[in-house]
Amino acid sequence: MPSNALKPPKNSKMPGIFRHQIMIPIAALVLLALFNLIADPSFFKITMGQTSNGDPVLTGQLITIIDYGSEVAILALGMTLVTASSGGQDISVGAACAIAGSVLLRVLCGTETSPEKLHAPIIVGFLVSMLVAMIFGAFNGALVAFFKIQPMVATLILFTAGRSIAAWVNHNQLPNVNEPSFGYFGSYIPGIPIPTPFCIALLCFLVTFLILKFTTLGLYVQSVGINEKTSRLNGLNPEMIKLMTYVFLGICVAVTGFIKVSRLSTINYSVVAKDIEMDAILAVALGGNALSGGKFSMSSSILGAYVIQFLTTTLYKFDVKSDALPAYKAVVVIILVIMSAPAVREKLSQLGKKLRAEKHTAESA
Amino acid sequence: MKVKKMLAFAASLAVCTAMFAGCGSSGSGDTTAPKSEDTGNTADAGEAKTDAGSGDLIKVGIINNDPNESGYRTANDKDLKATFTKENGFDASFAYSLKNDEQISHAQKFIQDDVDYLLLSAADTAGWDSVLKDAQDAGVKVILFDRTIDADPSLYEASIVSDMAKEGQTAVDWLKSQNLDKYEVIHIQGVMGSAAQKGRSGALTDTANAEGWTIVTEQTAEWNAEKAQQIVQSVIDSGKSFNVIYAENDDMAKGAVAALDKANISHGVGKDVIVMGFDCNKWALEELKAQNWNYDGQCNPFQSSYIKDIIDKLENGETISEKTIVMDEKGFDAATITQEDVDNYGI
Repeated sequence: MPSNALKPPKNSKMPGIFRHQIMIPIAALVLLALFNLIADPSFFKITMGQTSNGDPVLTGQLITIIDYGSEVAILALGMTLVTASSGGQDISVGAACAIAGSVLLRVLCGTETSPEKLHAPIIVGFLVSMLVAMIFGAFNGALVAFFKIQPMVATLILFTAGRSIAAWVNHNQLPNVNEPSFGYFGSYIPGIPIPTPFCIALLCFLVTFLILKFTTLGLYVQSVGINEKTSRLNGLNPEMIKLMTYVFLGICVAVTGFIKVSRLSTINYSVVAKDIEMDAILAVALGGNALSGGKFSMSSSILGAYVIQFLTTTLYKFDVKSDALPAYKAVVVIILVIMSAPAVREKLSQLGKKLRAEKHTAESA
Repeated sequence: MKVKKMLAFAASLAVCTAMFAGCGSSGSGDTTAPKSEDTGNTADAGEAKTDAGSGDLIKVGIINNDPNESGYRTANDKDLKATFTKENGFDASFAYSLKNDEQISHAQKFIQDDVDYLLLSAADTAGWDSVLKDAQDAGVKVILFDRTIDADPSLYEASIVSDMAKEGQTAVDWLKSQNLDKYEVIHIQGVMGSAAQKGRSGALTDTANAEGWTIVTEQTAEWNAEKAQQIVQSVIDSGKSFNVIYAENDDMAKGAVAALDKANISHGVGKDVIVMGFDCNKWALEELKAQNWNYDGQCNPFQSSYIKDIIDKLENGETISEKTIVMDEKGFDAATITQEDVDNYGI
C-alpha cells in the first residue's frame, strides 16, 4: 500500500507506527471505545440471534457499526483517491447514489411500481447502475481534469441536479421490490451471520488493495496530487489519472447505492444516502489524509469511516437527539482542521523541540 | 474604440431605463422614466405592455415541498397539477423546496412576478410574516394548504389543512383502545418543527403523560426510513423492551419494521410489537391488510378541489366565512381494513 511512503524520517526517535497517520483514527477509536467501556460495557456484547426467517445472525452494537459504517467506508475508498489526485472532494456522491439506486430499480421493476416478478436478474440491474454511475463519475472527472474546474464546484452541478435526475429515471414513482433475495444485500444472506454490507465492503477493500498493490495507480495518483507539472514532465498524463479516480469513485457509488436500496427494497429520492458525501469526506479527513491532495493512506480512511459510525451509534445509544448528530461531527471536524493547520503544527513541533531541549540541558547540567 | 464604448454605454442605459419603466408601470402606475430622453430610445414602451398582456388566465404561484419527499407529496403535487391547468383557466408556476429560506425566496420571486394567488405549503411554521406582508401590499392573495404557519390570520385568505393534532389524537385513541398490559413506545418523529411532527407528537406525548405510558426512546428520523431503521436497531441492540412503534409517517414505519425483521421481533396483529404509521400510502395499507402493521392514519393529500373552490369564491367577490378548513381524515385498523379501502384511500 502507498501508505509505506508516509513513514517518518529515520532520525525520529519515536517508533514509526506512532507517527503514522493511521494513529489519528485509531486514537479516536480508542477514545470512543474507552468512553463506552466506562459508561456501559454491554455496548460490546455480541450475541447470536435469528432473523424473522429463522436464519442465524450476530447482533449487537459492534455488528451495527460494521453494518451501517460499510457504505461510508466503500465511498471513502473512492473519495480518498479523488482527494489525493485532484486536491478536492466530490460532493455529489449522495445524489449519485440516488441515481444509481434509481437506475437499479428501473431495470429490476420496469415501469411497474410493485412488480410480482423482477424484470431482470439483480446482477444485470447492478451492472447497468454501475455503468451509469461510472458515466456520471466520468462527467465529474472530465469537468475537473480537462476544464480545470474546482472539484467542489464541478460536482456541485450533480449535487444539485442528481436527486431530480434520480426521480426522473423512475418517472417520480417509488418502486418496491417484492423479491426477498434482493433484500439480502442490505441485511443478511441466509446462513451467513455477518451483515452482507460488511462482506461487500471487505470485498471492495480487497479489490482496492490488490489494485494499489499490483498496479502503479496509487503512486501515480499521489504524484499527480503533489505536483501535476512534474508528473507530466515524467511522462504521466494527469488528466487521465484524475478522470480514472472519479470513475473509480463512480463504482464505489454504485455499490453504495445498491446496498442502500437493498436495505429497504425501495427508494426515496430526496432522502436516500442523504448527507453521505459529508461523512465520506469526513472519513478521509479523519484518516489524516491531506484534503489538499497528495499522499494518502487508504486503510486510515476506511478506519475513519467506521469511527464515524462508531460515534453515531454511541450517540444513538445514549439517546442523543438525532438532529444533534451533525453538531457532534462538526466538533470532530473542527478539532481535525485545527490540528492539521500548518500554523498549529509548527507551534506544536516548536513546543516539542523546546521541551526536548530543556530536558537535554537539564540532563547535561 | 471610443465609438464602441459609447454604444455599449448607450445600450446599457437603454436596458436600465426599460427595467425601471417596467417596474414603475406595474407598481403604482408612475409616468415614464425620466431618463428616457437621454438615450432617445423608446424600448420602454414595449416592455411595459407585457404586464397587462396575461389575459384571462388566473396567475397562480404554487410553493410546495419537493414531490420526491414522500408518496404523500407526490400525490399532492399530481393533484395540484391536474387541477391548475390552462384548460381550467389557470396559469400556474410551481416551485419546490424542503427548506424554509428557499421557499421564502421563491415566494418573493412570485410576488415580483405579480401572481394573483400564492398557494403555499410551508416547510416550517416560522419566519413567514414579512414575506406575507409584502404579498398583501402587492395585492397577492395567499392561500395556505397542507401546512399551517405561525403568522397572523389576516395575512392569508384561507388555510386548507389536515388537522395533524386530530390525526395524532385519533391514532393515540386507537392505541389506548387496544388495552395493552403495558405501553412501551418507540416514538419516531418527523422533521422537527413541521406541523405534522408537532401535531402527531403532541397527541402521543400528552396521552403518554396522562396514562403513564413509557416512552422508550423519542428520536427524529426526519421522515427518513434509513434513519428510522438505525434508531430502532439501536434500541434493540441496547436490549430495552418495547411493544409499540409510533412512526409519524409510513416510510419511517417501514424502516422500523426492517430493523424488527432483522432481530426476529414479531410485529402486526396479535404479535409482539404494534406498528403504527401515517399517510396511507398504498403499499402501507397493503401491509396493514397483510396484518404486518396495525394502524395507519390518513393524511388527505387531495386539497386542490378545496383550493379551487376558494379561488372561485374570491373571484366572484364572495367572502370566505371560515378561514381554516379542515379536511376529512380517517384512521385504518388492520383488523377491519378492506381491499376497497386500500384502493380508495391508498396514495
